[in-house]
Amino acid sequence: MEFFERFAVPHPSPLIYASMVAIGLVVIAIIAGITYFKKWGYLWDEWLTTVDHKRIGIMYIISALLMLFRGGADAVMMRFQTSMPENTFLDAQHYNEVFTTHGIVMIFFMAMPFIIGLMNFVVPLQIGARDVAFPRLNALSFWLFFAGAMLFNISFVVGGSPDAGWTNYYPLASNEFSPSVGVNYYNWALQISGIGTLMSGINFVVTILKMRAPGMKLMKMPMFTWSALITNIIIVFAFPVLTIALLMGTFDRQFGTNFFTSVNGGMDMMWANLFWIWGHPEVYILILPAFGIYSEIISTFSQRNLYGYTSMVGSMVIISLLSFLVWVHHFFTMGHGALTNSIFSITTMAIAVPTGIKIFNWLLTMWRGKITFTVPMLYSVAFIPLFTIGGVTGVMLAMASADYQYHNTMFLVAHFHNVIIPGVVFAVLAGFTYWWPKMFGFLLNERIGKWAFWNLAIGFCFAFFPMYITGLDGQARRMYTYSEATGFGPLNMLSFFGAGLMAIGFVLIVYNVYYSFRYAPRNVGDDPWNARSLEWATHNPVPEYNFAVTPEVKSSQAFWDQKKHGHSLFNKEYEEIHMPNKSGVPFIMGGLFFVFGFSFVFSIWIGVILSLLAIFACMTYRSFEQDHGYHIPVKEIKETEEKFGGADK
Amino acid sequence: MKIDHSQPLEYSTEQNRFNILGFWIFLGAEIMLFATLFTSYFVYENRTGSGPTGAEIFEITPVLFETFVLLTSSFTIGLAIHAMRINRPKAMLGFLGITLALGAIFLGIEIYEFIHYYHVGATLQTSGFTANLLTTLGTHGAHVTFGLFWGIMIMIQIIKRGLTPATANKSFIFSLYWHFLDVVWIFIFSFIYLKGMM
Repeated sequence: MEFFERFAVPHPSPLIYASMVAIGLVVIAIIAGITYFKKWGYLWDEWLTTVDHKRIGIMYIISALLMLFRGGADAVMMRFQTSMPENTFLDAQHYNEVFTTHGIVMIFFMAMPFIIGLMNFVVPLQIGARDVAFPRLNALSFWLFFAGAMLFNISFVVGGSPDAGWTNYYPLASNEFSPSVGVNYYNWALQISGIGTLMSGINFVVTILKMRAPGMKLMKMPMFTWSALITNIIIVFAFPVLTIALLMGTFDRQFGTNFFTSVNGGMDMMWANLFWIWGHPEVYILILPAFGIYSEIISTFSQRNLYGYTSMVGSMVIISLLSFLVWVHHFFTMGHGALTNSIFSITTMAIAVPTGIKIFNWLLTMWRGKITFTVPMLYSVAFIPLFTIGGVTGVMLAMASADYQYHNTMFLVAHFHNVIIPGVVFAVLAGFTYWWPKMFGFLLNERIGKWAFWNLAIGFCFAFFPMYITGLDGQARRMYTYSEATGFGPLNMLSFFGAGLMAIGFVLIVYNVYYSFRYAPRNVGDDPWNARSLEWATHNPVPEYNFAVTPEVKSSQAFWDQKKHGHSLFNKEYEEIHMPNKSGVPFIMGGLFFVFGFSFVFSIWIGVILSLLAIFACMTYRSFEQDHGYHIPVKEIKETEEKFGGADK
Repeated sequence: MKIDHSQPLEYSTEQNRFNILGFWIFLGAEIMLFATLFTSYFVYENRTGSGPTGAEIFEITPVLFETFVLLTSSFTIGLAIHAMRINRPKAMLGFLGITLALGAIFLGIEIYEFIHYYHVGATLQTSGFTANLLTTLGTHGAHVTFGLFWGIMIMIQIIKRGLTPATANKSFIFSLYWHFLDVVWIFIFSFIYLKGMM
């Protein structure tokens, strides 16, 4: 029986048992539903084996929304627990697990895939390409991410969640202080999805450098593509550091090494350094694409071209370089000298300069523009002041001496949510709404979308602004409760109220998807937003080959040129189009990596060895496979184009 | 598939050019991976706890053999690619075979070296220093091992299919990988062994 005891949850509670039942029922319902509607073949042919960047992008976004639900449930639980002094809804251990999984799920399994999903869908269209450079690798990236996400999400019902914070500092994360397998889950879930992310990074750098339409020089790329290029370069250089840090953590926990211990030459601070050398660039991996999305949306709905294109690109490059030079500001208080702290203070504050340039560029883009307040534009307009507040509190935290006061308080929690929610979450929701018609051929309902927006924006202010005050008053972060005498009660209740509004906003977004699928008018045409960049020059929804004819481009606003200046984008005759074949191997490899990760978490070596051998077998199969893809004949292209109404594109 | 005959075989299709650029970028990521390991190694170099120091356990003879063998293999894979460029598949296969054989010898000596460390009491668990040393060497060794299997598969494909744009592309990329492992070894030799023995 000892073998099975490891799989038990170390700190069970009725909530966890209820979740187990819920997970079981949902899985049964999904399987039964697919079987009843006879959709297994469709699912396998059209989605699980696809290598089409558009479908992979949509799968990323669906997964991200699911994870947003999971992370959001964690958030509401935390806000409820702290809404009243000495609340007993969660105990200390559960609170630790909940804030840990909230952080990891939101960063790794919500924000990252949402961003990568949008990149997947949009970047090839914006540069006029047929797909990414390595379509098969792209599918593998997705399935590795998905395997990592699923591995992480079963942790709380099989063996126990990680509980050492999303930063997972040692010695707290060592076997001594985190004896359950939770941190092993952390190591392997992040390792597996991290490998997928690295592959995505390589894929997109090659795609953007090599597959742009004729005429699209680097400085004529749409801004979202620029942000994607820089982001993916950061991914390539940042993720290997995480790979090594996680490997060392795994060795410490499972093979008894002394990397992060305090005996025999081990050094726990090394983890903090390695983690943040990856972790700070990671912040910019999230925010730079968000900046790209806002640039597209603000320019479109102001009906003006983007102000200061060159300075936008330059500031992103500077941010990407600085992102590797600021990691120490995450632990100013952990005993460096004054000189070290000063240097990292200055590099940190320096980031405010290029970011400020971008803020002014967006404002000047809107200046004298014909602004229409659609849902994506509302998110973008709300982003500017809210993000600026987050940025300013960031500069406060950057001052090392003052940081001794703010450190580890709710002030910090308020700061980073203040940049991540208006910065990243608003951006992906705006991008999701903006590019939705490109994915499905109809618009999301504006009225419900606006209700969702106002709930989220007002809810955000209520949820996080009180934390600035309680933080300055000394409320520590990650504490599961506090006494009534502290006086934090009312402000924390206000936070819980804000979290509730945000939850309603999320429900409205999901309802909007359902409502629009059923009732939205389908004849919105190819250009519902009066947009500017190249992705709008093809049909809604996009045919599988993207563009019937390769476009020829003159500026970053190729589609606008076509509409307003009579520049013709498509000058060639139809030709056969070469397409990659679909493949089940990436999906199978994702499954094998899941088995590998799960076996490693529980040190089941036979499972590790067998799954590893099977992974190598898949790679061997791929090496020997001769797959030349297939061609879409001209006749079929003509038929498709006519069906979309007009052979002129 | 359009084949551009003005280019060398390995660059002759668009996909081939993507593959080579993609692999260069992957090598960039690999540089970061090893840079992280080296940085950590320097941090932990003197954190030996109750275990041995580098000077106490390093032996110059096997390390020199490893270095000579691996550097020679880098030369022979260069010859293999040259043979590929002048369309002599048999010579190419010969040089690839020699390269992989040298790689196997390297790996054999490295395994001997690891056994030696075990016997003198420098295991993965001994200290922060030994953990970093063995992880850095082990990561390099794992790359060589992976390369051996990869190289064998490419040889089989050349034997079965001859020199095509696809097999030439794979061979070229494999040679980049192999040279890269050599460069990493030069850093290991200089900054771990030589520095440690001084």
